[in-house]
Parts: sequence; C-alpha cells; structure tokens
Amino acid sequence: MTDARLPGAFSEFEPYASTWCLATEAERYKQRLASTMDEMQTFYDAFFPRGEEAIAYCEKFPLDELPEDAEQLLYLIYSLVMVSFPVEAWRQPNVPDSGAAYLDLLIEPRP
Amino acid sequence: MKPIAKPAEGSWTAHYPEISREPMSYEDSINPEVYELEREAIFKRSWLNVGRVEQLPRNGSYFTKEIAIANTSVVIVRDLEGEVRAFYNICRHRGNKLVWTDFPKEEVGGNARAFTCKYHGWKYNLDGACTFVQQEEEFFDFDKADYSLVSVHCEVWAGFIFVNLADEPSQSLIDFLGPMVTALEGYPFDQQTERFFYRATVGSNWKIFMDAFQEFYHAPVLHAKQSPVASLPEVQAAGFEALHYEIDGPHRMVTTTGGQGWRMPTEYLKPTETLTRSGLFGPWDAPDLGVDPLPGVNPGKAKNWGLDSFQIFPNFVILIWERGWYLTYHYWPTAYNKHVFEGNLYFVPPKNARERVAQEMAAVTFKEFALQDGNTLEATQIMLESRVVTAFPLNDQEILCRHLHKVTADWIADYQRETAGVSK
Repeated sequence: MTDARLPGAFSEFEPYASTWCLATEAERYKQRLASTMDEMQTFYDAFFPRGEEAIAYCEKFPLDELPEDAEQLLYLIYSLVMVSFPVEAWRQPNVPDSGAAYLDLLIEPRP
Repeated sequence: MKPIAKPAEGSWTAHYPEISREPMSYEDSINPEVYELEREAIFKRSWLNVGRVEQLPRNGSYFTKEIAIANTSVVIVRDLEGEVRAFYNICRHRGNKLVWTDFPKEEVGGNARAFTCKYHGWKYNLDGACTFVQQEEEFFDFDKADYSLVSVHCEVWAGFIFVNLADEPSQSLIDFLGPMVTALEGYPFDQQTERFFYRATVGSNWKIFMDAFQEFYHAPVLHAKQSPVASLPEVQAAGFEALHYEIDGPHRMVTTTGGQGWRMPTEYLKPTETLTRSGLFGPWDAPDLGVDPLPGVNPGKAKNWGLDSFQIFPNFVILIWERGWYLTYHYWPTAYNKHVFEGNLYFVPPKNARERVAQEMAAVTFKEFALQDGNTLEATQIMLESRVVTAFPLNDQEILCRHLHKVTADWIADYQRETAGVSK
C-alpha cells in the first residue's frame, strides 16, 4: 500500500485514517459532531483494544521528532479520546444539555 | 461520608460576618445601569490580568488585548531591553488602532522591532517613543517627542501580566492581590508552559459564569451523566462539601478534594480514563515540579487536598490542581448580558507521547464539562431577566458567589462616593 498513513503494525486501522487522523482538536470535534454513534462506536470498538499498544508505540520516539506515521497514529489516539465521552457516557455525539454552547480551542500543543 | 469541619461560627458564611445570609438579589447581573457602573468603578480602576510572560518569549514579542467593557484595546510588549510594557493601542496622529491585522476587533500577537501605523506610517519604538512621522515638516509647532504612545500601568506578578487603566492606580499590584494570593509566589507556574487556550462568547452576565465556577454544589447534579461514579446514587445523595473557603479583601478561594482516579475501581471509571490514566482532575501521574512544599496552595491545610480555586477580583481565576497542573479563567464582559469566556490549561511539557495523551484527555474532558456549565448560564440569565423572582437563597457552599456580588457592590459604592465628592 503506497498511501498507508499508519505504522505497519497498525495497518488494520487504515480504513479509519482518512476520517480520524486529524491534527487539530477543532477538526476532531467537528468530525465527532458530523458522525453517527454507529460510526464512532465502530471506530472505538476496533481501536480501543489496541489503544495501549498504540500509546506505547508512539512513546518510543521523542515527541518533537515523531516519524510521520507515528504522528498519524497519535492523532488517531487523540480521536479515540475525542469519541470516548459519546461512546462511554452519553450515547450521543454532543455534550448533554450543551445546546448551542461552543468553546473553541484556539491554541494547542503540536503534535 | 463524614461531614467536613466548618468554622466555629457554625458555617463558612457566618465566619465572615460582612457577608449576608439573606436571600440574594441578582439585579446586578441583569441591569444595564449596573454594567455601566462596573465599567467605571471596577474595570477602569482594577488590576486586570491580560496574560502570562510566556506569551512574550523574546524581546520584541507583543500581543494585543481587547477590553470591551473599558472601550479599549491594549498592546502588551516586551521591549528591546526585555521590560514588559503596556500601551493603549491607538496611534497618536488621528486615532487609528495601531496594532491589528485584517480585522480591527481581533486580538493579534507577534514580534516587532517597532510599531508602524497602517494609516499614515507613524512609527513608535517598543518603549512608546514616536520615532518617525511622515512629512514631519508639514505639521505645525510640532515635536514628535510630545507624541509617544499612551502608556498603561503594567506590573508582573509570578509571571502573570496585569494592567490597570486608571490614571493612577490606588494600589500597587502586590497590595491589591493581598497576602492570600501573593502567598502563591514561587509556585512553579513558569514550568507549566504546555498551553491549551479556549474561548467562547457566552450569553450571560460575567458574574453569572463566575458564580458557576466558584461553587461546586452544582457538580454532582449538572454533571451526573459524565461518569459511572458520578451517577451512583450514594454520590448523588452525598452532594458536595468543600474542604475550605477563604476570603481576603476582594479575592476569595475554595479548596476541594480531587477525583483520585488511580485509587478507584475500574468499574467507576470510563475505560478511556483507565487507558490514558487521566480525566477531569488531570493526568493521574503528576510531574515532579521540584518544589516542595508548594507555596500558597491548600491554605486551610486540608487533608485530601485536590484543588484550589483562587478567584481574583474582578474577573480572573487561577485553579491549581494537586496533580501538578493549573488552569486560568477570564471573564471579559461585553454587555450586561454577554461576555467572552477564556480558559487556559497549563501543563508541564510532556516528555513523551504517553504524557501528551494524558494531557489531551484532561483537555478534552475539561471542554465536555465546561460546555455543560456554559449552556446553563444563558438559561439562568434569561429567567433572571424576567424578574419574576428577585430574591434567591444561597447556601453555605455558595459563599463565594455572595462575596463576588458584595465586592462588586462595594466597589460601585466607593466609586459613587468618590465621584459625588468631586462634583460638589
């Protein structure tokens, strides 16, 4: 596969890469609100069991010198965090009782 | 759960006799006339935190701060000698905003050796001196030395940059902050430079949101659906009691326990909390801050210290977590029923991806909770404005809300007394 984004050991998650390997919180939050619970549940069920392994893989590298594929994997981990409240707590994409409220993250660490 | 010891007077509120225990009015949050008074009596006279020194990493670094309630914009800069200065963000020629990019109302930042006005090209050094006037010879009886930028009183404490818009502040910053807050001097804020910065416009008076984050009585109820442990009947029934409250001048603080996720059975936790070893209360594995004991925190010497929330008058909060991170809140009024909320989360820079993921979990969780808090405010504002009910009973866990509104009223009364004296 020439267009692989993730490290080879995590190639089974390539189908989620184009949706969830997103560099900013704003993109991940937007993707969450644009997703159905089924879509997020499927991603979560697939990736969560190997979450610890993925963290351990990224942890091997200095954070400011992550290889590109490890950086993509880290973004996928951030997305797992992003969908965790909908999947684990609320069964809905948006925060209960949050209505039209918003809170934009304007400055965040990279990666 | 055994009850938490209260002061000898029987309640926190009674311990501070200047604070009423009567039902409270929220007229100060729904009345445009009070907002106008707050503008003059508070925001144009008080020390206001506008950021931290890390936002000015180099000589020549600057950022602008819009202070809508004072109808002004301020530019804060580290000059070429390294001194932090503040100026009103206005060109002395014909009043154009000096430092801005595409949108006049948007805050900007960057690095500069001088400020140049977009309009007619007047230039100012970072110490404020006017150094260049286009076609200077065309002006009348003119000396550009008379046209420096208008400086704003600016002082730095513990890396926090404050400005004061008064011609002559009635107190130095240190005197204003007082012993309870300045006891934090030496707390390693400067080590916690990994920053998440959030902003939202909120449809409520600024004090309504301050009230929401200065009592935790709401927490077991409003946030009941956020975690398995929060929805347990015994947790719901127990409610909330703070470990310690303290008031010092116009400022106030509360200490509470934290959630000790690392000690909880996993069935009480969300799986992602267990995976990331993190949650609302921050990463479970605290960094070594290298300072022991931490100065100024946990002033009540409470066991099971989890966090301190220092509410610094008028609109600034520093919340320090036992797990070695902190956050700040700012509430910038823009109308009597609207304000801009800003939240900053600060962590020690992560050493590796695992620590970074734990910080991401804390940041994401912060936002999930804050959104619930934020949305409730508009609902409160709307109904307060109905004035159907005008007196509200606040309990002992809401003492800090009472204090904020009392201090607001006191500052307005002081201002009115002073201005009445002047006009006689």
